Amino acid sequence: MGLLSDPNRRKAITTARILILNMILVLHGDSVVCYLAGIAWFMGLAFEPFTLRTYMSENAMGSTMVEERFPSGERALATAREFAAHKKKVGGMPVDWLVKTMRAQGLEVFTQSFSRNLPFPDESKERFVVRGTNVYGILRAPRAPRTEALVLSAPCSPGNSNNQAVGLLLGLAQYFRSQIYWAKDIIFLVNEHDLIGVQAWLEGYHHTNITGMGYTPLQGRAGSIQAALSLELNSDVVTSLDLVLEGLNGQLPNLDLANLFHAFCQKLGILCTIQGKLQRSDWDTVEGYTHSAQTMLLMVLKQASGRPWGEHGLFLRYHIEAASIRGVNSFRQYKTDATSIGRLFEGMVRKLNNLLERLHQSYFFYLMPSLTRFVSIGYYMPAFGLLTTILLLRALDLWVHLGTPTPVTEDGVGEGESPSSPGLLSVLTPVVISHLTGVALYTLPVLSQEMAVEHFPVSETEAVVLTAIAIYTAGLALPHNTHRLISGEGTEQGWRVLKLVALLYLAVLLGCTALINFSLGFILAVTLVPAAACVTPHVPKALSAVAMVLLSPGCTILYCVFLFQELQEVPVSLAEGWMLFLSVISQGILDHALYGSLVYPLLALLVYPCWLLFWNILFWK
Amino acid sequence: MATRHLFIELQTLNRRAKLKIIFAKFQCLCIIPALVGVDKKTCIQFCLCTFQEEMVIRPLYSGDIYASFQFRTQWDTDFLHDGKKVSHYRLFPKSLGQVLSKFSVRELHISFTQGYWRTMQWGQPFIPSPPGAELWVWFHHTVTDVDGNWKELTNVLSGIFCASLNFIDSTNTVEPSASFKPLGLGNATDHRFLRYATLPREIVCTENLTPWKKLLPCGSKAGLAVLMKSEKLFHSSFHSQAVHIRPVCKDWQCTSTAWELRQTLNVVFDLYTSGQGKKEWSLFKMFSRTLTEACPLASSSKIYVDVTDNPGGELFDLSPSSPLISTAVVLGDRRTYSVYDLTKKETFGQLRSLNLLLRWKGENDMLRPPLHAERYVSGFGLQKGEIHTCLYNSHPYRAYPVLLLDSLPWYLRLYVHTLTVTSKTRENKPSYIHYQPSKDRLRPHLLEMLVQLPPHSVTEVTVQFERALLKWTEYTPDPNHGFYIGSSVISALVPSIVAMDTNSTRDRPLFSSFFPTKEESSYFMRVYTEPLLVNLPTPDFSMPYNVICLTCTVVAVGYGSFYNLLTRTFQVDEPSAPLAKRLANIIRRLRGVPLL
Repeated sequence: MGLLSDPNRRKAITTARILILNMILVLHGDSVVCYLAGIAWFMGLAFEPFTLRTYMSENAMGSTMVEERFPSGERALATAREFAAHKKKVGGMPVDWLVKTMRAQGLEVFTQSFSRNLPFPDESKERFVVRGTNVYGILRAPRAPRTEALVLSAPCSPGNSNNQAVGLLLGLAQYFRSQIYWAKDIIFLVNEHDLIGVQAWLEGYHHTNITGMGYTPLQGRAGSIQAALSLELNSDVVTSLDLVLEGLNGQLPNLDLANLFHAFCQKLGILCTIQGKLQRSDWDTVEGYTHSAQTMLLMVLKQASGRPWGEHGLFLRYHIEAASIRGVNSFRQYKTDATSIGRLFEGMVRKLNNLLERLHQSYFFYLMPSLTRFVSIGYYMPAFGLLTTILLLRALDLWVHLGTPTPVTEDGVGEGESPSSPGLLSVLTPVVISHLTGVALYTLPVLSQEMAVEHFPVSETEAVVLTAIAIYTAGLALPHNTHRLISGEGTEQGWRVLKLVALLYLAVLLGCTALINFSLGFILAVTLVPAAACVTPHVPKALSAVAMVLLSPGCTILYCVFLFQELQEVPVSLAEGWMLFLSVISQGILDHALYGSLVYPLLALLVYPCWLLFWNILFWK
Repeated sequence: MATRHLFIELQTLNRRAKLKIIFAKFQCLCIIPALVGVDKKTCIQFCLCTFQEEMVIRPLYSGDIYASFQFRTQWDTDFLHDGKKVSHYRLFPKSLGQVLSKFSVRELHISFTQGYWRTMQWGQPFIPSPPGAELWVWFHHTVTDVDGNWKELTNVLSGIFCASLNFIDSTNTVEPSASFKPLGLGNATDHRFLRYATLPREIVCTENLTPWKKLLPCGSKAGLAVLMKSEKLFHSSFHSQAVHIRPVCKDWQCTSTAWELRQTLNVVFDLYTSGQGKKEWSLFKMFSRTLTEACPLASSSKIYVDVTDNPGGELFDLSPSSPLISTAVVLGDRRTYSVYDLTKKETFGQLRSLNLLLRWKGENDMLRPPLHAERYVSGFGLQKGEIHTCLYNSHPYRAYPVLLLDSLPWYLRLYVHTLTVTSKTRENKPSYIHYQPSKDRLRPHLLEMLVQLPPHSVTEVTVQFERALLKWTEYTPDPNHGFYIGSSVISALVPSIVAMDTNSTRDRPLFSSFFPTKEESSYFMRVYTEPLLVNLPTPDFSMPYNVICLTCTVVAVGYGSFYNLLTRTFQVDEPSAPLAKRLANIIRRLRGVPLL
């Protein structure tokens, strides 16, 4: 085309290229600035003047008035005691009692039994082969054709916990049944074995099987579920209610659900928290800022873990807006009774019942430094963007350097072939080998647990975690092995090409991760970007090797564990932290197997191999 | 003209109803010939209409109560065959009569339903109907433009019933080949004259009830219709109103045909919301009215109360009790009814008003209905899904075939190769499949299957689909609500309970119980599944979305022309050579000499 064949235009393009080249040289030193700016931007998000106030976007929930009249909190607590007695008697879920009670309230009651063999024993919850039964009752809305439903769920937990939640659930069911205004069916679900039960129920309801769960098919359904609320309550009175939003793979419910909760807490005068932290009004003091920064960081850490932090977390996969509400009973004087909590739920369910469409008006991607403030995707993405810019600039820099040995002549056709172009093999080999290590890290721990248990005095869980750590560490020895495969010494050009590939790979990887789960992408970027940007074969080996290991994905998890404990105000010693770290790894592997969390495969199959590429570059010569 | 006429008709209906009652009272005296002493034959010639009304009350085991009204107007005239213009209407509503003759309708069935009939709790309804609106019409075989007639008819009916029937168009109309046979006279089998459509989203309310009540000869002024107060009828679990018009035999020899208009209204009152949890029902509690008289125009006016399971009064108390008992085989089961004849004075007692009272005493388990069905969408995400239809045959030892009709909108792209029918984990091959693929924006999918249901089994029909991406103008104003998919229709001849009763648990003469009688051995049953709500991939119709769309358009237009300008090489266009020169060049080319 004319654009390239015209000599004048070509000259202009060449000039532009030189200009860009100079710019890059100038920017070379600006990586540090970019990095610091990214971190500063991120930390600034917790500063109140920079954030937006939450507001109800959904018209159907904003302007319509509902009255809360739930009267029978005491009766609900009596039901809870009865439930507790039956639970104790049966030694598990009192299925028959629940069925009878719900049926007497005029609900359509169904049960679902399920079984699941865990890949290895879950030591924190002491379970390996899980068998259980879910009981759910459907309140059929009058004159509604079974097309839409809302879910209220409460777990039947072992021991004495969550009895009040089930009692309140049954109390609400009884009260709701006598009302005429329902437009959507309401499903009251009492599930056994917390998340596994919910997973079985959801898979049964949607007739899918993604995690290899064994369950009996559901007999009663109520159309497409519009929203779900999960209730966790351990005491007759509470001081505050905590809202839990983080779901599987970092998914969040629509922000309007959080707004709804907050609006009703305000209306009924109930203390409400997010991440267990009350809101403070002194944003202009250092303490105020630290407080909201802590809240936000906790949310980031929880979201990054990709775990469902409450029962609601599993609903989100099915496009059901869901949140868990957890009663907290602390030593504070001001208490809220069960009637008020019942009214809060009544109000929320009635407003959700008024919905004409699914919740979609408000944000799905946000961070919350407090319950009344939120940071939308448009505000937090630049922080991540600044970090990835470093990778792109470095890649551009390398690309230009790879291109410069051929002088651009006035009449040349363009860039000629580089004289010392490295073979495809020298780049491909490390890529393939590090990915094979990743595959080993992903598959071997679970596969080889039996063998490990036979040969070493460890339990299955320990075997899995220790195998994972062993493979992870063994990967560090790779560069030497890789070199044996590539004939000859690595060339200068070779590592540059490899680094270019690795930089772009990392940039794409982090970019995609951040789009789905911002927190995970950002945390990985904070540690991986400096390592990726600085590594060359020419830096002092020992020192940089230590730095590289400290900035590796595995160590990132370790820091996150310590930071999380610190933020939750339960600091741990090094040894305890290490134990926690081990349990986090086993939980991550279990979450992947049980609920399909993607963090473990992402780290094992993509992020770790990518980091190994940079490790390779360090030991290129 | 006709529509305008109808509109006026609608407006004046209320006033006319009163006049009609006075006028018709005079005419209808001859229905009771003994009173006037007129010969019976001359009376039949003179009075061409009869009107009957009845109500059936069935206490349900769930504690709810089911009330079903039926109003039947029979008109002994045939305005399709005679070709003459019928202008004298008496009891038959003129608005419907004109519609029938104008569009050459042979049979018309229309129902408006709010709620879903819960077969598992309530058993079977007398006349089933799907949630929303349903309309099916058989046209006369002389009609040439069926689609045109159908379109006009739906629009006219939309006006008569104040419903959104005008939303029926080619994208939701189907011609079922086997599921909907004419219910009246004549064995028409050519389904080209049949049209079937449902509007699952239609919401039924007072505005639909009022025109429906105005079709009654007595309106809601007298007779059973006084009970129809909308504030009570819509304070219920289920509400369904229907109009069925069909040709029937005039007499038992069937020498000539008559038109039958059947208006039905079914309502189920909920134990917990309307009954305050007490198992105690009365006419006043249900309808906030009592009965004082029959419709004067009605030849019969009766209330039936189902007392089959209450022979000794151990299940519930019924007061006032009635000496009249009637038995009938209803839906394959022999039922016993207490009958209250409203045309008789003694029914109303001393208070001159009838308020039936039903008080439950015991608990009872319910018989499982022999056939029921459910349907749901499985899977998650917005790309694909799977429709599951489960058909339950709870008959202990008899298999029977059912006809399944599915009409799915075009924006669900069916993968017909994934259609599977399984019962008892084994493949169940349908003996008849009629499938009409959809055309985008023109017509829906139609799938009809004849499936044999093994005894005591669940048969599952699954088919996968892909959700189509609509054009942005095709989304409804509330796109995130989802799109409704109408109910599937299951029609079956179900083995009846009476015929099933081989060990004769009930007292019957021995000679009557060896061979199952033919007409009782099975009965027709229609079951509707729940409608579905399916979410389609929906763009975010927000301000940023609009901005992006607009910017993209501007950029595309701007970039295109700018790029065109940049890359085009301009040349001075030489004026075309004169004709002589061109001719000369052609000759030169032929000669091989250089051109001019």
